[in-house]
Amino acid sequence: MTTTRTPPRAAEHDADAAGKDPGGWTFNSPLVLTLLLLLVLAVQGTVRRELSSPVMQSWMTVFVAVMLQALPFLVLGVLLSAVIAVFVPPSFFARALPSRPALAVPVAGMAGAVLPGCECASVPVAGALVRRGVTPAAALAFLLSAPAINPIVLTATAVAFPGNPEMVLARFVTSLLVACAMGWLWQRLGRADWLRPPERPSAEGLGKGAAFWSSVRHDVMHAGGFLVVGAMAAATLKAVVPASWLNAAASNPVVAVLALSVLAVLLSICSEADAFVVSSLTQFSLTARLAFLVVGPMIDLKLFAMQAGTFGRGFAVRFAPATFVLAVLGSVLVGAVLL
Amino acid sequence: MNRQAQSAVLFLIGASMLHASSTDLYLRYVKAGLRPLLIVAGVVLIATALATVWYELRQGRSKGHDHGGEPGHTHREPRISWLLVLPLFALVLVAPPALGSYSAMHAGTALQRPWGYADLPDGDPLPLSAVDYAGRAAYDEGRGLAGRRVEITGFIALDSTGTPYLVRMELSCCAADAQPVKIGLTGQLPPVLEPDNWLKVTGTYTAKRTKDPVNGGLIPFLHVTATQPIPTPKDPYESGWRG
Repeated sequence: MTTTRTPPRAAEHDADAAGKDPGGWTFNSPLVLTLLLLLVLAVQGTVRRELSSPVMQSWMTVFVAVMLQALPFLVLGVLLSAVIAVFVPPSFFARALPSRPALAVPVAGMAGAVLPGCECASVPVAGALVRRGVTPAAALAFLLSAPAINPIVLTATAVAFPGNPEMVLARFVTSLLVACAMGWLWQRLGRADWLRPPERPSAEGLGKGAAFWSSVRHDVMHAGGFLVVGAMAAATLKAVVPASWLNAAASNPVVAVLALSVLAVLLSICSEADAFVVSSLTQFSLTARLAFLVVGPMIDLKLFAMQAGTFGRGFAVRFAPATFVLAVLGSVLVGAVLL
Repeated sequence: MNRQAQSAVLFLIGASMLHASSTDLYLRYVKAGLRPLLIVAGVVLIATALATVWYELRQGRSKGHDHGGEPGHTHREPRISWLLVLPLFALVLVAPPALGSYSAMHAGTALQRPWGYADLPDGDPLPLSAVDYAGRAAYDEGRGLAGRRVEITGFIALDSTGTPYLVRMELSCCAADAQPVKIGLTGQLPPVLEPDNWLKVTGTYTAKRTKDPVNGGLIPFLHVTATQPIPTPKDPYESGWRG
C-alpha cells in the first residue's frame, strides 16, 4: 500500500486529477482523453478558421516553435536526471563535492560548464541532485550556472558579438558569480521547508528499469506541462507586444538595463539563441545586453513555471525575485568593470 | 491523468515529433540542425510510453488486486500535464505556417554591419541571400554590386504607407528568435503585391535607403527588373546568418 506514505500535500494535486469527485463519478482520464481527441478532430475545421488571423497564426507558430525547440533539451535533461536518480548512488556526490557547503557551491557552479544544453535541461537535473542528497545550495548554483556557461552557449555568444569578444568573458564571469552568490545566499537564508518538491511516484520496490522509466515519464509529463505555460507566455509577448516600445526604453541607461532584464524574463528564449536576439538590439548599451544574457538563462517565465513544478511554489516565489535582483546587480557591476 | 492516459499523450507527442521531423514541417518552426535531436527525443518519448504500458501490464498481472479502487495512489500527475495536448493539437491539426509579413512588420529589421565582404562569385543573375545583399547595399555602398544583376528570394510585406518590402526571416534557433531582414522594392513591380506571397526578385543595386520606423535600422532598396512568383521554399528561414 502506498497511501500511508503519501504526505498531506499530495492530496491537493491528486484530488483534482484522481480519485472520485463527491458525486461518485469516477474520473477516468483515458476516457476523457479519448473524448477530447475525438471532439477536437470533429471541430477542427472551425478551430482552423477561428485561428486564421495573422496574430493567432504567428502566436501559434511561436508557441509550437518554443515547444519543439525545448522538448529535445527537456528530454535530454530528464534522461540525465533519471540516470542520476536511479543509477548513481548518493555516495558518489558525497565524494565528488566538498563536504563544506560553502566550497561545494563554487564547485557545483563550475560543474555547470559540462552540461551541454539550455535551461530546460538543467531544472530536472538539479531536482534529481537535490533528491540524491546534494546540498541544495550546490544544486541551485548548478541550476543557475549550467545554462549560461557551457561551451555551446559561450560559442554562440562569441559568434553573435563578433566585435565584442569581452562579452563572452563578461557573460561567463557574471553568470558564475551570480550562481555562486545565490548558492551562498540560499545556504545562509534558505529554509528547508521552502523547498518542497511535489510528491513523486515512489520508486521503492521497483526494479531499476521500472524506476528509470517511471522517472522519465513523471518528469516529462510534469516539466512538460509547465513548459507549455512558459511557451504560451513567450508566444503572447512575441506576437502581441510591439517592438517599438523598446526604443523608448533604450535612451535612459538605468531604464535600459531594467527593460532588457524584464524582456529576458518575458521572452523565455533558449540560452543558445538569446545572444543572437539581443546582439541586434544595438540601441541598447552593452551592459544592458549583458543583463539580458545573464538574467535570461537564470530566470524566465518558462523556467519559473518549471521551477515551481520541480521544487514547489513556495520555493519559486522566493528564489525567482532574488535571482532576478542579483543577476541585474551582477551584470551592472561586471559591465562597469569589463565592458 | 493516470498512467494509461499519460502513455497515450507521450506516444502521440513522440509520434508527432517524428512526423514533423520526417517531413519538412519542422523547418517552419526550428532550424534544420535540430532535426537529429527532434528524432531522438521523439523516439525516447515513444519508448517511455511503451515502457509505461509494459510495466503497467506486468504490475497489473502480478499484484493487480492491490491497486483496485485505490483513489489516492501516487500514479497520478497534476492537472498541468493536460496542457501537453495543446502543442499536440497545434502541431498536428493546425500546423501553423512559418512566420510571415505580420511578424516581419511587427519587428525592426535585424540587419547589422557585416564583419566583412567576401568577393562575389560570377554568375548572372547572381543569387544572393537577403541578408547578404542588404548588408552590402546598406553598409558597403553597394561596392561590387555595380552593374551586377542579383536574384533574391523572400516574401512580400507592406508597411502602413503601402511600400513593398522583400523580407526574409533570419533564424538562429527557433521561430521565437526569428528576426526580419527587409529590402525595399522599387522599379518594375507587378501591379498587385499580396503580403506573404513568395517572390524571386531580380534587380540591381540602388543607393536609395530608408530607416525602419520600428527600430531605426537601415533598410536598403533594390531596383527591381523582374519578379517571379514561387511557392514557399522548403526552408522558409535563412539560418546560420552569423557565420
